[in-house]
Amino acid sequence: MVNISKSFGEIKANDNITFSVNYGEIYALLGENGAGKSTLVNMLSGVYTPDSGEIYVHDKKLRFSSPGDSIGSGIGMIHQHFKLIEIMTAAENIIIGQKRSFIIHRKKLKKTINSISEKYGFKTDPDKYIYDMSVGEKQSVEILKVLYRGADILILDEPTAVLTPQETEKLFTILKKMKEQGCAVIIITHKLHEVMEISDRVTVLRRGEVAGTVNTSETNPKELTAMMVGKAVDLSIDRPAILKDEVMLEVKDLSLIDRDGIKKLNRVSFNVKAGEILGIAGVAGSGQKELCESIQGLERRKRGEILFRGEDIARLTPRAIFERGLRISFIPEDRLGMGLVPTMNIVDNVIMKDYYLQKSLFLDREPARERAEHIVKMLNVHTPGIYHPVNQLSGGNIQKVLLGREIDANPDFLVTAYPTRGLDIGSSHLIYDELNRQKMKGVGVIYVGEDLNVLLSLCDRIMVLFEGRVIGTVDASTATKEDIGFMMLGGKEC
Amino acid sequence: MLRMSARTDCSRNEAVIIRTSAILLALSAVAVFIMLLGHNPLSVYLSMIEGAFGSGYRITETIRKAIPLIVASLGISLAFRLKFWNIGAEGQIMMGAFGATFFALNFQNLPSVILLPLMGLASIICGGIWGAIPAYFRAKFRTNETIFTLMMNYIALKWLTYLQYGPWKDPGALGFPKIPGFTENAVLPAFFGLHIGWIIAVLLIVIMHIFVNHTKRGYEINVVGESENTGRYAGMNVKFIIIYTIFLSGGLCGLAGMIEASGVNKTLSVEITRGVGYTAIITSWLSSLRAPVIAIVCILFAAMIQGGTFIQMAFQIPQSAAQILQGMILFFVLGSEFFIKYKISIINDNKAEANQ
Amino acid sequence: MDISFFAAAVVAGTPLLYAILGELITEKSGQLNLGVEGMMLMGAVIGFKMAIITGNPYLALLGAMAAGGFGAIIYAVLTVTFRANQVVSGLTLTIFGTGFASFMGQGLMGEIVPPDMKLFFADFKIPFLGDIPILGQIFFNQGILVYSGYLLTIIAGLYIYRTQIGLNLRAVGENTAAADAAGIHVSLYKYVHVIIGGVLCGLAGAYLSLVYIPSWQENVTAGRGWIAVALVIFCKWNPYRVMMGAFLFGGLDIIGFRIQKFDIHISQYIIDLLPYIVTIVILILVSVRKSHSGSAPASLGVSYFREER
Repeated sequence: MVNISKSFGEIKANDNITFSVNYGEIYALLGENGAGKSTLVNMLSGVYTPDSGEIYVHDKKLRFSSPGDSIGSGIGMIHQHFKLIEIMTAAENIIIGQKRSFIIHRKKLKKTINSISEKYGFKTDPDKYIYDMSVGEKQSVEILKVLYRGADILILDEPTAVLTPQETEKLFTILKKMKEQGCAVIIITHKLHEVMEISDRVTVLRRGEVAGTVNTSETNPKELTAMMVGKAVDLSIDRPAILKDEVMLEVKDLSLIDRDGIKKLNRVSFNVKAGEILGIAGVAGSGQKELCESIQGLERRKRGEILFRGEDIARLTPRAIFERGLRISFIPEDRLGMGLVPTMNIVDNVIMKDYYLQKSLFLDREPARERAEHIVKMLNVHTPGIYHPVNQLSGGNIQKVLLGREIDANPDFLVTAYPTRGLDIGSSHLIYDELNRQKMKGVGVIYVGEDLNVLLSLCDRIMVLFEGRVIGTVDASTATKEDIGFMMLGGKEC
Repeated sequence: MLRMSARTDCSRNEAVIIRTSAILLALSAVAVFIMLLGHNPLSVYLSMIEGAFGSGYRITETIRKAIPLIVASLGISLAFRLKFWNIGAEGQIMMGAFGATFFALNFQNLPSVILLPLMGLASIICGGIWGAIPAYFRAKFRTNETIFTLMMNYIALKWLTYLQYGPWKDPGALGFPKIPGFTENAVLPAFFGLHIGWIIAVLLIVIMHIFVNHTKRGYEINVVGESENTGRYAGMNVKFIIIYTIFLSGGLCGLAGMIEASGVNKTLSVEITRGVGYTAIITSWLSSLRAPVIAIVCILFAAMIQGGTFIQMAFQIPQSAAQILQGMILFFVLGSEFFIKYKISIINDNKAEANQ
Repeated sequence: MDISFFAAAVVAGTPLLYAILGELITEKSGQLNLGVEGMMLMGAVIGFKMAIITGNPYLALLGAMAAGGFGAIIYAVLTVTFRANQVVSGLTLTIFGTGFASFMGQGLMGEIVPPDMKLFFADFKIPFLGDIPILGQIFFNQGILVYSGYLLTIIAGLYIYRTQIGLNLRAVGENTAAADAAGIHVSLYKYVHVIIGGVLCGLAGAYLSLVYIPSWQENVTAGRGWIAVALVIFCKWNPYRVMMGAFLFGGLDIIGFRIQKFDIHISQYIIDLLPYIVTIVILILVSVRKSHSGSAPASLGVSYFREER
């Protein structure tokens, strides 16, 4: 790729980027969230079209105006969010968009898929439906899809973000096999140790520009970090000690069955102390969301007890909990679909949780305006004004508005789900600091996360969920990533 | 090559310009169609305006047609705010008219001051219930409300047909299937030459504007309409909000039915709605669900209908041409929304091509 | 109930069959077109007009298909190219189609289909199949359009489930972004299948005005287009179930006349409610039980824009 540039509105996502990849090598693109990695490869896969610049494959200049063009030239993309169709089988997903034959020959297809699987070491059943698959299996299908097409340039966008350490290990073995077969593999990541472990060469992106390209064998994590963030920053996360030994929230035998009759939570029991951060780890869909919503009073179909300072709140609605003077704040995973109303401005979003306490029939926005101004100032939200719709802010600023509202309510307890997902290092650390500040005030915190490094350094204890059950709880200061990864797959505490 | 990208910077003025040009485009497209029929489009349009606003009488007629449209559009806009695709206004109007007629026929001896409010209340309740039934199932089971409300239209229609040809048939009409006319105390009084429905409509526009923008209940509707999950998260009783909002939506449509039955027709018949329930969907969408705009758009649409009757006489152009015109205008405006949401830019490829 | 009732149910169900198939194929591409009623009316009026003018059944059917397809093109331009709200666009199409039909139908009132064309659509027995007791009388002593309806159902099933294009089509409707990433030309697929859907709805309308009635009357469809939209849900987006749904509702449609024969004194108008009430009950039942198979295409009704972020 030569001199590639791309803007979204006024934001320059990529500015004059040039890099090249050889066959038979694993090449890493490293950068923080928002550095422009995904934008760059999405142009390579034809999802976006570059504003300027040229793309060469096999020394031939190409123009991609759609993903079809990119596929045609042997490029295969494995997206961060899988592009799979849940209600179809693996085999059906693999041949979507193919042009080999008009009629689908199921038997022949199965044979081909099995032979590819064997060659690279996959264990995928072509007749299994996607909705029955684990994240790792789904990723295998994505890779098989690309290989079935005969692609020889593979791009993987944050492939390990959702995998356990064990699954990551397996993936890396497969990638190495591909490299041996002569494929060019591009892996996008923000995790340094993965770059060091698997790649041959690495290009670091910073704010849409190339910060440098080096051979992996000739560099070290420290140098790469410096390139990533521009200056040496303190990457460590504080973990202040727990102030007092007082249990604030105790959950006993919590079970939850959803509308389809599937057990989402299965006799979950745990407790959180005042001024403690309890981390919750688990592969996606292990019951984290249901657990958070249960504590909030959003889930009604549950059994068991949730004791908040000794008072059972399991059967209360969010407002009933609030009216008893128990302040539980919640930062949900789906910021714009749950936490905020995207088309409304900051003031109308700030008023959302307590507007109903106003006595009058009419809505008084004045107090909310003051609070909105306070939040914007406190968390340094970049916005043209407090009457600006939140969906026009950047991801980090959206999260700040949400966090600001929840913290401004002076909570006793704070439930957060993936609060730093999609944020750059700077914003993430601002949020970690804010969580620690709440901790020091004696607030009990639940932190649902996916990055095990963060969980291990921020939280006091980590509870691992698997299929709605608690597999175990470990002390974050002594546990290792491998322990947690093993438990995330359902393995018992070692 | 053309490229699209999302835009968020469209100002209100730009949006107005885009929508106005869409309407002009629609008018010119219909002009071609009128020319194909062998008429001069300009004179047809002019006489439509003439027919709608040409005299005091015609203006009154236009506003008379606009009243039920405004009331029903206000009702529909409330439902659409919730992203509840209520296309059952037709049935809700009929049921509202039915409720009003029930009192008009059975309590003929009550004085107007009691009877008319009773009729109004009955129409709101009947129309409201007609809307609340699908709303209940939508809130509880996420049942598809579009088709549900539509089926309710047909049920209401068949119900009125049954009444008109059966139990409520006027014995004094010599076997002709019609429902008896209302007695004088069941008819809306006139004020400035037009039944007081217009005062009701004006009041409702103001109330609706305040309700949606400045009350807590209105705020809840806006939140839930954007995302039910957010509403749940904020502690709102989402199901209840859906049900009572749609009750209000249907109730307003029902009230439109009462106004038509009592103010205009002075009786009930299967033709009571004259398609207002469907037209109101268009008008509330065109008004971006904003109450003051609804008033303007509805008067324009009423003018189009009124003008349509006029050109039928003047040019022998069937009245259904007005319906086609309505459809065309909405087609163009729907298409134009795209230019408000997206930006089209032209990329110059020549340079790239020349290098190959 | 005698066999003739079931044969009549098949006849009454055939316009529904075409309309349901059309809407089903449309929805498979992720587009929810609520303009079925409008497209049927457009097909009905143009088909009828062509029949009166030309007297040629092929031209009449072709005209009907073109009219339905034309309606679908308007809808496709709005929703696929301009990404307009699908619900409102479909509704507008119905309003437009209703106006279009009553406009074009001016002066057709009271006209009847020419006799030789009636002959073209008349019932005939299919050798062997028609001799099967009961089933033969019900299904294989019918007109040409009924048979082509059977054939279309089977073709649609094979197309959707057994061919590469059908698989791609389902992918577009289920997860448009995934289909796009796999190199499928999403807009093309949407256009083609929305138009196929419109053509079938046009045919459904023509069946009503040319064969079922067969004379011109305003609003020949009488809400059948809407019932068809509901029946797509009833058929769980599976073309093989379409026949069942169509004929069941064909039966409901005509049961009113039949019941009166048996001296049961219920008002005709109340019995007329049956199809609508049953449709509602089905809607509710479908929404109460939810499962992986037999639910709507996941991307149904959602506009797709590739460079969204």
